[in-house]
Amino acid sequence: MNVIWNSLSWFGEPGRWSGPDGIPTRLLEHLWYSLLAFAITVAIALPLGLVLGHLRRGRAAAAAGFLVMSSANAARALPTLGLLILAVIMTSAGDLVPILIPLIALAIPPVLVNAYAGIQQVEPGLRDAAEGMGMTGRQVLARVELPVAMPLILLGLRTALIQIISTATIAAYVGLGGLGRYIVDGYSRQDYDSMAGGAILVIVLAIATQLAFAVLERAVVSPGVRPAERGRARPGTKRRARGAPPDAIPAEGRGALGGSR
Amino acid sequence: MITFAGVTKRYPDGTVAVDHLDLEIPAGRITVLVGPSGCGKTTTLRMINRMVEPTEGTVTVDGRDVRGVDPATLRRGIGYVIQQAGLFPHRTIVDNIATVPYLLGWDKKKARARAYELMERVGLDPALARRYPAQLSGGQQQRVGVARALAADPPIMLMDEPFSAVDPIVRAGLQEEFLRLQRDLEKTIVFVTHDIDEAVKLGHRIAVFQVGGVLAQYATPDELLARPADDFVTDFLGGERGIRRLRFFKELDAEESAGAADGGGAAARAGSDGSESDRAGDAAAEGDGRTAAAER
Repeated sequence: MNVIWNSLSWFGEPGRWSGPDGIPTRLLEHLWYSLLAFAITVAIALPLGLVLGHLRRGRAAAAAGFLVMSSANAARALPTLGLLILAVIMTSAGDLVPILIPLIALAIPPVLVNAYAGIQQVEPGLRDAAEGMGMTGRQVLARVELPVAMPLILLGLRTALIQIISTATIAAYVGLGGLGRYIVDGYSRQDYDSMAGGAILVIVLAIATQLAFAVLERAVVSPGVRPAERGRARPGTKRRARGAPPDAIPAEGRGALGGSR
Repeated sequence: MITFAGVTKRYPDGTVAVDHLDLEIPAGRITVLVGPSGCGKTTTLRMINRMVEPTEGTVTVDGRDVRGVDPATLRRGIGYVIQQAGLFPHRTIVDNIATVPYLLGWDKKKARARAYELMERVGLDPALARRYPAQLSGGQQQRVGVARALAADPPIMLMDEPFSAVDPIVRAGLQEEFLRLQRDLEKTIVFVTHDIDEAVKLGHRIAVFQVGGVLAQYATPDELLARPADDFVTDFLGGERGIRRLRFFKELDAEESAGAADGGGAAARAGSDGSESDRAGDAAAEGDGRTAAAER
């Protein structure tokens, strides 16, 4: 407990909230690396996962799906720090690229695998009904498969972003900014308050991400497929006959940092 | 009218699902495709809306080869109901029903108004409109499935075991209401089932398939029960064929008296074309004879 109290006083030290080493600057740097890496990850992995999941028919699509999923899963075993050092050696340091490479490599698997699995696991009867009523392939994907798979897809996105945020601290190892600075610099100065302060900030950011996704889930996931709703949605249950279903807390047993390292 | 001419479906692995099928499905009636699993009845159904493409032969709807029509366009004009209803879990009941109108580009208001109208038509409480499929019972879900297929008022409905996932009592109720609905709508309905009782109850014409996709017999229920074409059909009809036939006549009688009361409604089922209304008369007479014989 003492460590936490001490680090709390660290938050109140002069200059902590302003200047180039102030919390706002470091936070923005951290968010900038993280969101950039996340955006690139999503741009690569999400369409790939959706399309591969949709094209489940045919041997070629199945083989491609298997290949991509296997490599995605293998990529999970890559040591992030090692990849960072490698990226630094192979590209000109100081640039953003070295830090983006390991973060993206880390985040692609959850996004890709969840999007693929989510779409692929959509009940065949739903696809059959959708096609049988005259939806084109794209319409089946956009109007049926995507919304039904949305909870799993969001779970993948959330896991990816939380992993990125908690891992982006390593940017400090290669001379970049972000919240990792407090940890790395604190370590070299034996300043445990700084290290704890940095860690707390990363944790708070991860929790905020979790909350942001909870809000997002309420906005984009239909109550009909919300995991928290399903258990309650029993036939004959005298709930609201009209209007939106009751407020659902996207309750999950896992801790806020379930996805972080 | 839907016509199959020399239709064969052979899969790449050599399995023959449908074997040289010639079949004429009359407009405005219920035609039931029945048979054991693996007999090609569902494949036959799915060739009508191009969910399956035949290897040989042609399928025509009102004289038009279905292969000449874009699949999505074709399917939007044909109602489709499947087992377990296949309702979209993320859409409310009203939006599920309005699926095809939305695809056809109707405006939302009109599509929803139509959906509400259909809910009433199939006996669903409008209070359910904003619920999600998981909140409905199996029987209610099947009603939504039927309403959804009817939404754009297609002349043809394809129904693949639509009532087989519900319990027998609910199923009987759904069948009755389905017949009542069909009396008003007079759609061309192709109905797949593995249940011969359901086939006899609903069908104006019954096509019995045997494994390997061979059409064993195509006849009216009465003809089928009275004169099964071969041993396979006899076996498929089962030992209770006589009882089924009696029950069938009893239903006809009941409908006839009901028809007399409401002014000729029985004609809708007994047939509005000449040949079939004769059948009803014969059947009633024959049925009486049988009953008398049984009593002796």
